[in-house]
Amino acid sequence: MSGKDYTKMWKDLGLNLENHAGLLDVLSKAYKDIYLSQKNRPKAMEYFDFVISEVHGLRIEEILNAKEAGRKVVGTFCVYVPEEIVLAADGVCIGLCAGAEVGSDEAGKYLPRNTCALIKAFMGFKLSGLCPYVESADLIVGETTCDGKKKAYESFNDITGKVYVMEVPHMKTTEDRKLWLSEVMRFKDKMVALSGKEITVVGFKKAVSKVNAKRKALQRLSRLRAADPAPISGLDALLVNQVSFYDDPVRFTEMTNKLCDELDQRVSNGTGAAAKGAPRILVSGSPMAIPNWKLHAIIEGSGAVAVGEESCIGERNHRDLLDENFSTVDEAMEKLASRYLGIDCACFTPNNERIDNIKALAKSLKADGIIHYSLQFCTPYMMEAYKAERAVTGVPFMRIETDYSMEDFGQLKTRIEAFIEILR
Amino acid sequence: MRAMGIDIGSRFIKAALLENGELAATRMADTSFDPLERCKGLLEEVAADKVVATGYGRHLLEIHTSIQTITEIKAFARGARALLPSCRTIIDIGGQDTKVISLNEVGSVKKFEMNDRCAAGTGKFLEIMARALGYALEEFGFISSEGRSELQINSMCTVFAESEVISLITKGAKREDIAVAVHRSVANRVISMARRVSMDEDITFAGGCAKNSLLKSLIEAGMGKRIMVAEKPEIAGALGAALYAQEG
Repeated sequence: MSGKDYTKMWKDLGLNLENHAGLLDVLSKAYKDIYLSQKNRPKAMEYFDFVISEVHGLRIEEILNAKEAGRKVVGTFCVYVPEEIVLAADGVCIGLCAGAEVGSDEAGKYLPRNTCALIKAFMGFKLSGLCPYVESADLIVGETTCDGKKKAYESFNDITGKVYVMEVPHMKTTEDRKLWLSEVMRFKDKMVALSGKEITVVGFKKAVSKVNAKRKALQRLSRLRAADPAPISGLDALLVNQVSFYDDPVRFTEMTNKLCDELDQRVSNGTGAAAKGAPRILVSGSPMAIPNWKLHAIIEGSGAVAVGEESCIGERNHRDLLDENFSTVDEAMEKLASRYLGIDCACFTPNNERIDNIKALAKSLKADGIIHYSLQFCTPYMMEAYKAERAVTGVPFMRIETDYSMEDFGQLKTRIEAFIEILR
Repeated sequence: MRAMGIDIGSRFIKAALLENGELAATRMADTSFDPLERCKGLLEEVAADKVVATGYGRHLLEIHTSIQTITEIKAFARGARALLPSCRTIIDIGGQDTKVISLNEVGSVKKFEMNDRCAAGTGKFLEIMARALGYALEEFGFISSEGRSELQINSMCTVFAESEVISLITKGAKREDIAVAVHRSVANRVISMARRVSMDEDITFAGGCAKNSLLKSLIEAGMGKRIMVAEKPEIAGALGAALYAQEG
C-alpha cells in the first residue's frame, strides 16, 4: 500500500508474509473502491488516507521505535480499557485488528461457528500471522464485556501468552462500582509493574489531558455532522473514529481538529459531502472495527448519509470526558472508574441510558432514520435492538444483523434502499 | 408517453409497458446467465420513452445504462396497489426472497420484512422440492390439500428439507402428501413473517408464487383471512416500476 518496503520489519515480527501481502492487497483495493471513489471529500482527509496506507507500515515502525526507547505497547479491544493509565505509565495504547473476515479456518480450531465476526477476526488475524499490532504488543488487555470475548481471551492467552483481563461488572450498583474501582487499581499496578515507571499525579494529569483533547476533537467532529448538507460522509467520519484507536493521540487530535476547521468552513459555505436534504441515518449498535465499512458503504451508496455512530467506534468512545479536577492518584482513579462505568455498553443490565442516548443523538443529529446494526451472535446488542425499536418513536427504525462477509450484500442493499425510500 | 417498468428477479425478468397511462403490454423472460442481454432485448423490443428498473438485478441496468432504479419493496407497493387499490398488506414470495410489506391508508410503505440471506421458504425452495418429487413447476401448485395427511417438513433449509423429502419418499409416504407438507412449511414461514409485520386487510399475494393456488389456500387457512390475488400477480413489481417511470 505504501512506498516504503517494510518486509524485514514484518518478517521480524513473525508475520506470514504471503498472507499479509494478500491482506494489504485486498485492503488497498477495498479502500480505493469505497473511500477514494467518494466525491466532495474534505481535503484534510488526505491525512487519514495516508494513515490507512501506512496502517501496517509507518505506524508499526513508530511503535517499534517507541519500544526501542523503553515504552511498553498495550493492545486493547474495548473502550472499557482506560487509555489514560497506559499513557500515564508512558505506554502506547492501540486498538487491535478485528474488522475483517480473515483466518476463519484457523479461528475455527478454537471457536464455535456461532461466534461473532469480531471475535473470529481477532483470533483469525493472530492465527494467520496478519496483525503486526498483536505481535508488537507487550500486553493485550481483554475485558469481561460479553461471554464470547471472555472465553475467547482464554484461548487468546494460550496462543499469545500476553493477555490480561479486566473484570467489567454487568450492573452499576454500589458493589459493582467498588469492584470496578478495584479492577482499575489492579490495572494501574499492572502497568506500573510492566513499565517500571511510577504513575504520578502530574503524569496522570498529562495523560488525561491528552485523551480528553482527543475526545473533544471527536466530539467536535460529531457535532459538525448535524449540519445539512452533512459536511463529511459517514464513511469518512467512521474512518476518523476507527483511526483514533491506532494513531498517536496528540497527532491524531491535531489532525482531527484541522479536519474540523475545514468542516466548519464547509458548514458556513453550505458545502456538503452529500446533497442537501439527503436522508440522514443514525447507525446504532455493535462496534465497527477497521476495516469494517460494509454498512456505511451500502447506506451511502444508496443516496443517504450516515450522520452518527451510536457505537463503541463512535459516541461511546468519546461522549464523556474524564474530570481533570483531582489532586491525588487515588482520587484520579475514582474519577476514572466512574467515567468508564458511565459507558452504556449493551453488556449491562439494565441499560436504559443507552436508549436515552439513542433518542438524544437522533434528535441532535437530526436523523431521519435509525439503522440498528448488530453483529450476528452479538447477543447483548441483538437483544437490545428490540428494546430500542420499541422505545424510539417518531423516527423510522430498522434492525439489521450481519457479519463481515459479503454473502448478504444483495439482500442488505435491498432492505436498506427500501428503508431509505420510506424516509424520502 | 411509453413508460416501462422492468423487474429483474432471480428467476424471471418481467416487464410492463404503460402507454398513456394504460397497461399496453407485459413480457416475461428467464433471467438466465446473462440477464443484461435479456434486458437489452426487452428494452429494444419495447422502445419506451422512460424506464425504471427494480428487482434483485436492478443495479445491473443502473450501472450499464443509467436507468433509474427503485427497490422491489417500493415497486410492489405501488404495483399491488394499482392492481388492488384497497390492499394494506402485500405478501410476495419471489425466486430468492420472501417479503411481507405493510402499507398505510394512502399506499406508502409503513414497514416491511424480508428473509435475510438464504433461500429458505422462497420460490427457489418450492422449485427444488418440485424437482425432488418429480413435478413440473406448473402442476406443483395445483394439488389439492383436501384429505391429505398432516405430514410435516421440519427443516426450512433447502438442502436439509430436500433430504427430509427424500427420506419421506423412501419411507413410502405419498408424493401428494409430501408436496402438501412442503407447501405448508412455506406458508407457515410467510405467516409468521406477516404476524411480525402486518395482517391488515385487504391482503394481497403478489409475485409469481401467487399463482400457486395450494400455497394461497394454505396461507389463507393459516391466517384465517382471505387473500386477494390479481389476474397477473407476477407483474406487480414491473407495473409498480412502470408507474414510477410514467411520473418521471
